[in-house]
Amino acid sequence: MDKRIYMDHAATTYLDERVKDAMEPYWIEKFGNPSALYKEGREARQALESAREDVAKMISARTEEIIFTGGGTESNNLAIFGVVGAVKALRPRPLGNSVSLRTDETGNSTETEISARAGRADSDADSKPGKLEPLMLPHIITTKFEHHAVLGPCEVLEKNGFAVTYLKVGEDGIVDPKDIENALRPETILVSIMYANNEVGTIQPITEIAKIIKNQKLFFHTDACQAAGYLDLNVEKLGVDLMTVNGSKMYGPKGIGFLYAKRGVKLKPFLYGGGQERKLRPGTENVPAIVGLAEALKIAQAEREKESARVAELRDYFIKRILDEIPKTFLNGHPEKRLPNNINISILGVEGESVVLYLDEYGIACSTGSACTSESFEPSHVILALGKPRAYAHGSIRFSLGKRNTKKDIDYTVETLKVVVEKLRSISAVSIKNNTN
Amino acid sequence: MADVINKKGDNWIYSDKVKEHFLHPKNFLSGEPKEGDFDAEGEAGNFACGDIMKVWIKVDPKTEKIKDFKWRTWGCASAIAATSMFSEMVLEKGGMAIEEALKITPQDIIARLSGLPPQKVHCSVLADQAFKNAVENYREKKKK
Repeated sequence: MDKRIYMDHAATTYLDERVKDAMEPYWIEKFGNPSALYKEGREARQALESAREDVAKMISARTEEIIFTGGGTESNNLAIFGVVGAVKALRPRPLGNSVSLRTDETGNSTETEISARAGRADSDADSKPGKLEPLMLPHIITTKFEHHAVLGPCEVLEKNGFAVTYLKVGEDGIVDPKDIENALRPETILVSIMYANNEVGTIQPITEIAKIIKNQKLFFHTDACQAAGYLDLNVEKLGVDLMTVNGSKMYGPKGIGFLYAKRGVKLKPFLYGGGQERKLRPGTENVPAIVGLAEALKIAQAEREKESARVAELRDYFIKRILDEIPKTFLNGHPEKRLPNNINISILGVEGESVVLYLDEYGIACSTGSACTSESFEPSHVILALGKPRAYAHGSIRFSLGKRNTKKDIDYTVETLKVVVEKLRSISAVSIKNNTN
Repeated sequence: MADVINKKGDNWIYSDKVKEHFLHPKNFLSGEPKEGDFDAEGEAGNFACGDIMKVWIKVDPKTEKIKDFKWRTWGCASAIAATSMFSEMVLEKGGMAIEEALKITPQDIIARLSGLPPQKVHCSVLADQAFKNAVENYREKKKK
């Protein structure tokens, strides 16, 4: 099989030719360090700042609110550790003292009276002479099915004494904004909810959540890596304080991303050096990749409505064919409130890695939530978070469509999948009739 | 991992031998077993880890040699390949004696597969376990 059908765009995408062209001058010709004073440096600086302007414009932000990073994982880490770090520095203070979460427009701290929001009177025991006042442990709210680049930092913080609430998501893979409201505590400093889930593609009600927490003195972060190619990234409309975007899911380069941090959001860096990116991400800027990221975002946002409509039609056709023609298959996640390119199906009686490797032999690239492909031996935390049994996670297959996929590709994939599933079921030790475990 | 990457091929995560047994599994049972086809059966694995295998054996009562061995596996590529390889091993040279076959270790199977990624060893090589259970089943039936 020479022709390859790539259906794993949620993992990464190829570069758009136009992005490659935009990057081209910055490898050899305009290679300067943006910090340098001479012509080469000025050229690079101009490219960098022009890319920043483009990015800011695309998401309705100010240029100083864009921090270029080494990708989605880094942006998520900077958002979470950055917010927490800025607060943690002030942590060992008794209840009642003010902590600073934000700076004003000139960079001065604006004090936040935590006790005013605490709503809990000090108990007698705590206020006895000689007793220390209880500390307010910063609290974070996120979901059970976030990307590991959010869950990982949260787990580290938990080990360091922070409180983290991992919200359940419904069977349809959508967070209920009411659950966020209920989970809020006086000491909640950060809410991090992904814009669209990477495995099942379900779109989260970001605007609604933003409304709920609008008057709370906390920050709202969203990981928009999967959303960038298909959804509106207007931060004003979304109402977020922090937003993660990367290049490699929207036909841009890998290893580049940005964090939007609203003016006034105080962040503590975890890298120290030359002071680039407002000291939040030091290191010589990756100019070609930044130029590529800006170009990719421009193209994505300009074409997203048309491309969304095109792939959504393919997606629905794909899903219908699989569910109709292969017995014991189940769609994971809400059928409509999902990314237009995401298909995630559990195929009972087969195991995901086997399906992926067989399809690979037939020229098709897709992915699975099976434990066999994870380092942790755990099947997809996303499928489990939807309340599905483990067999559903082991047998989950994700196809994520992209620019090059056609209806013909989908027909070929469905026909191939039928053959593969039939073969694997014929050698499977699990009877699909009573497979509900 | 380095020693199990297929150097000749296109860096498939498994060896050529695993690939061969995975894509062209040997001796698996197609359809349901018919009455009298086999003397005993055994199972190993569970849903939690994601691999379940079932084996059926037919034994020559006089020589205690394995006359037929069939299997089915729900699991990843290495689970399928390891069970297929095990079936080949016990059926070689006109069938292995039960006592001999019971001595086959996961390491023996892995060696015949030209290695497995280390994380796959524990969960996917369960054919010997399923076979042990089948032999137990065979001996219990024989007592009756």
